[in-house]
Amino acid sequence: MRRNLWRRFSSSFAAGVMYALTILALVPLGLVLWFTVTKGLPSVANLEFFLNSQRPSGIPGGGIANAIVGSAVIVALASLAAIPIGVLSGVYLAEYGAGRWANWVRLASDVLVGAPSIALGLFAYALVVVPQHHFSGTAASVALAILMLPVVIRTTESAVGLIPNGLRESGLALGLPRWRVSLQLILPAAAPGVITGALLAVARAAGETAPVLFTALGNQRLSFDPNHPMSTLPLVVFRDALTPYKDLQQEAWGAALVLVVMVLFINLGSRWVLRRQIRLARQL
Amino acid sequence: MPGSAETKLKVDSLSFFYGKTRALKDVSFEIPERRITAIIGPSGCGKTTLLRVFNRMYDLVPGARAVGTVLLDGSDIVTTTKLLDLRQKVGMVFQRPSPFPMSIRDNVAFGPRLLGWNKARINDVVRRSLENAALWEEVSDRLDEPGTSLSGGQQQRLVIARCLAVSPEVILMDEPCSALDPVATLKIEDLMVQLARDYTIVIVTHNMQQAARVSDFTAFMLMNPEGRHGELIEFAPTATLFNAPSDPRTEAYITGRFG
Repeated sequence: MRRNLWRRFSSSFAAGVMYALTILALVPLGLVLWFTVTKGLPSVANLEFFLNSQRPSGIPGGGIANAIVGSAVIVALASLAAIPIGVLSGVYLAEYGAGRWANWVRLASDVLVGAPSIALGLFAYALVVVPQHHFSGTAASVALAILMLPVVIRTTESAVGLIPNGLRESGLALGLPRWRVSLQLILPAAAPGVITGALLAVARAAGETAPVLFTALGNQRLSFDPNHPMSTLPLVVFRDALTPYKDLQQEAWGAALVLVVMVLFINLGSRWVLRRQIRLARQL
Repeated sequence: MPGSAETKLKVDSLSFFYGKTRALKDVSFEIPERRITAIIGPSGCGKTTLLRVFNRMYDLVPGARAVGTVLLDGSDIVTTTKLLDLRQKVGMVFQRPSPFPMSIRDNVAFGPRLLGWNKARINDVVRRSLENAALWEEVSDRLDEPGTSLSGGQQQRLVIARCLAVSPEVILMDEPCSALDPVATLKIEDLMVQLARDYTIVIVTHNMQQAARVSDFTAFMLMNPEGRHGELIEFAPTATLFNAPSDPRTEAYITGRFG
């Protein structure tokens, strides 16, 4: 009887410790959200914040349109390069990737996931900025594309790997070539999972500062031309927050909030798509 | 029903290896055209392996290798390089119904579309295949619904229709009813008998009653206890094999003494 009581006590004690630590782990997340929302809200409440470009300190009506456009253009260009290449590589790994070569590709993409993003920025600087003698949105896109690539590759590989083998065999049994079965039957079946990976990669790229620091550089004016320096949301946060001016610091909080909300929505979207994928895979 | 029929598939001293492991040894028999041939035997006797030689599905397994000859209308399957033509001629229905994640219509049209047939021909083939698979009446008003929305038995008939769409000559069935309820099973069996008018059917089954009910010829296979490989014990018209087996092992199996 007494032992029983002791067991019950130690069990609930252990469970309590785990609950407490879990809550402790969630505190920073909650604080980050709380700070960005409360501090950023005053900026975002103003429509001009989204329509106007940045202005020097002391001049009212400044906004971050230049950074929103810059982020959109740079990330779109990076996605255009990274997603097709990443998806095809992922399909290759899942469908044909049994040999030594495929293992090298896997290792390379795993290493790339862990590569410090500042190093990728440096690489793009040497590859694009130095020969062109000027900073540009394209250079930032190159750095971000390299950053996105391994994420897209590995999520595509695991999404395609989820598709039951019966589907592959049924396609081949119809007398269809293997590559057509891979691309026209297996890949569409895995599409939601692949889209999830692509969205996660986009969210990650949109939030990166280091790779765009000395590639896109930043630009106070609104520009749609990726051949010139551009601003991005993380750049605005970084530069404005370092200034001693209250109004620019406020702008930084606003940009941070926009960025956080954007990334949050992309992440939620990707989770929603992923749930559909899992439901679909169960039916196959 | 058996009677005289041309030979469609001639299996001649076929052996099969997974890497160094022998899975089949010296299998020889002749599968007649437009008849149902059942392959029965206990688990692990190589039935499915044998079936997968007929459309070279084993090519997917690294290290798998067939030795010997299997002639389809006189040309060798084991050494052919025209794999796609072979698989178009020799269709396959798997144990688990595997509708593609697309509409009923697209499931059937998938093969013909990728083979580049024109639209009119595809529309025609979709309807004809579904009719021949005894599914048309049940799905004609909902061709655009997903194939996965059908019941298990309907899904299996959809898979059969999909297989018929690329106009095969031989249809291999790997335990096509083992995931289905008795009513759906009966429907598939009726369908097989109908299909045998136009197609050569080879079915692997665990279910001896099913073999006895639907097949014209039966091959009985067993794992050799010493070599651990599958071999063909007896091949005969179904009535003969079940009523007057010539091998004592066949008799032991069909009377339920083992397996």
